[in-house]
Amino acid sequence: MNVWQGMKMAISSILANKLRTLLTMLGIIIGVTAVIALVSIGQGTTKAVTDQVQELGTDMLTVNIFGRGSDTSLSYEDAMKLAQTDGVASVAPASTQNSTVKHASTDEQVSIVGTNAAYADIRDYELLQGRFLSDVDLDYRLKVAVLGSVIAEELFGEANPVGDWITINGSRFKVVGLLQEKGSSMGGSNDELVLVPLSTAERVFRSVGVSTIYVQVEESDKIEQTVSTLEAQLTKLFRGNANAFTIFNQQELLETFSSISNTMAMALGGIAGISLLVGGIGIMNIMLVSVTERTREIGIRKAIGAKKRDILYQFLIEAVVLSGMGGLLGLGIGVGISQAASALLHIDVVYSVSVMVFAFGFSVIIGIVFGLFPANKAASLKPIDALRYE
Amino acid sequence: MRTDTEPLIRISEVSKQYRMGGETVHALADASLHVLPGDFVAIIGPSGSGKSTLMNVIGCLDTPTSGSYWLDGEEVSLLKENRLATIRNRKIGFIFQSFHLLAKLSALENVELPLIYRGVSTKLRKELAQEALDKVGLGDRVHHRPVELSGGQQQRVAIARALAGNPPILLADEPTGALDSKTSVEVMELIQDLNNQGHTIVLITHDLDVAEQAKRVVRIQDGRLYAEGGVQV
Repeated sequence: MNVWQGMKMAISSILANKLRTLLTMLGIIIGVTAVIALVSIGQGTTKAVTDQVQELGTDMLTVNIFGRGSDTSLSYEDAMKLAQTDGVASVAPASTQNSTVKHASTDEQVSIVGTNAAYADIRDYELLQGRFLSDVDLDYRLKVAVLGSVIAEELFGEANPVGDWITINGSRFKVVGLLQEKGSSMGGSNDELVLVPLSTAERVFRSVGVSTIYVQVEESDKIEQTVSTLEAQLTKLFRGNANAFTIFNQQELLETFSSISNTMAMALGGIAGISLLVGGIGIMNIMLVSVTERTREIGIRKAIGAKKRDILYQFLIEAVVLSGMGGLLGLGIGVGISQAASALLHIDVVYSVSVMVFAFGFSVIIGIVFGLFPANKAASLKPIDALRYE
Repeated sequence: MRTDTEPLIRISEVSKQYRMGGETVHALADASLHVLPGDFVAIIGPSGSGKSTLMNVIGCLDTPTSGSYWLDGEEVSLLKENRLATIRNRKIGFIFQSFHLLAKLSALENVELPLIYRGVSTKLRKELAQEALDKVGLGDRVHHRPVELSGGQQQRVAIARALAGNPPILLADEPTGALDSKTSVEVMELIQDLNNQGHTIVLITHDLDVAEQAKRVVRIQDGRLYAEGGVQV
């Protein structure tokens, strides 16, 4: 008896009892559906987040200064010295204050970032209108400001703000530029900010020094090296206190994130595995019932020449067809749920062929493993006993 | 019984014992039987006489406790399960009292079954099955399922199934036991017909009227075989 013949026999016997077949497959269907839907949605989300992180640039480092004792910041000059470090392309020191910005009768609480001309390049901001901060602005402590797209809209509505005046912490600033919308990334909106020259900010807010330094590296694959050089230099600046600063690396963030999503994938796999296991037990149960119900059939088949192996294959193929069909249905439903989730919740889904093949393969293996015992039971029946069975 | 022809079935001093409820039951006691090609033997006996055991042994469904059984030139009493399955498939066509057709399959598919297990190709299988159904007069009923057929027709499908693989022996166990008297006559005529065409037939029954249609009658009583007339064979 060949496999094709066995398949035909299995399918006709499975179709003879449709409701029972469906209920039996349910465990496998749910398991595979869960794997496909959760993995597709999970991978879609992971991809969305990684894309956002990558948009921030993998060639950028953020140095946060906590300081040492009363010395809680770094002077602008000290910060700019970091630009001389090997592997560093440019440096944008920044000092951020929260303050009220006024225009006409509207006022808004917003982050005021005091920085230099390199900021736009490093943080990847594009200008929509006007110009960006320049070195001259810093040298002369000019009261000029570049607006983020959100704050510009809040203060000016649809009107062009460039050339107009705003009041920051009581001082009048001239708006010289408007940034293009950048959207939000981890850590909130990138468009709710006002950029002013660092030297001007120090004077207006009576603050000294910078607490954050954005560093652009020359080559992103040498970032590890640059980080250690910077660490050494900063440690020297803080007289050996390595806790006075942190260097934040996007690459590291990506790695952390992917390790989190790997852990989650493993947890999902475990849950799905348990569900498939339960499904397999369901199949075994129903196959055992089927063997008992069909004892006489087995007897007849054996009497007219079916070997032990023929009966074993017949029932094994039936179990595998059951679990395989469950796997296929689960695949379909899983893809359907992912599509629906993507359409309704506006999230990306990523289908992984390897996960699909794995889920289907696993359900087939479940069929083999849990079909073996009932099939063997059927094959071991003695023909005379089986024929006599009522 | 000595002839020049090699017997198809040669059972010598076969015994079969069961243990039932702590007691040993001698279902067969030194039973011997020779069946020549083309013969038509009826084995008759009341229930409990051991005729089912004899039928299981002859049909290779069971192995004897002692004694030898040569079937078509092969000693089968010591064979393992798988070999016995092959022997059943190739050497014996079973005709059962309750037909034992598979309800889910059509007449044609039922007749095909032994050929499937013999590994015959689909095309040849269909031809042979059709041929066998034609032979029993059901050539126009091939796609009917057993429930759509009368008892007599079902038994004829079962006979076609037994014939399909062209085995040397047809083994009929109370073939008319589940049929009314009119269809019984028809089925017995068919079986006699087959014997006239050269098929060797062993028929097991408790019904003397049925047994008398055979060429030779063997009685079985308490596990012992007696030729017609009372001589133990």
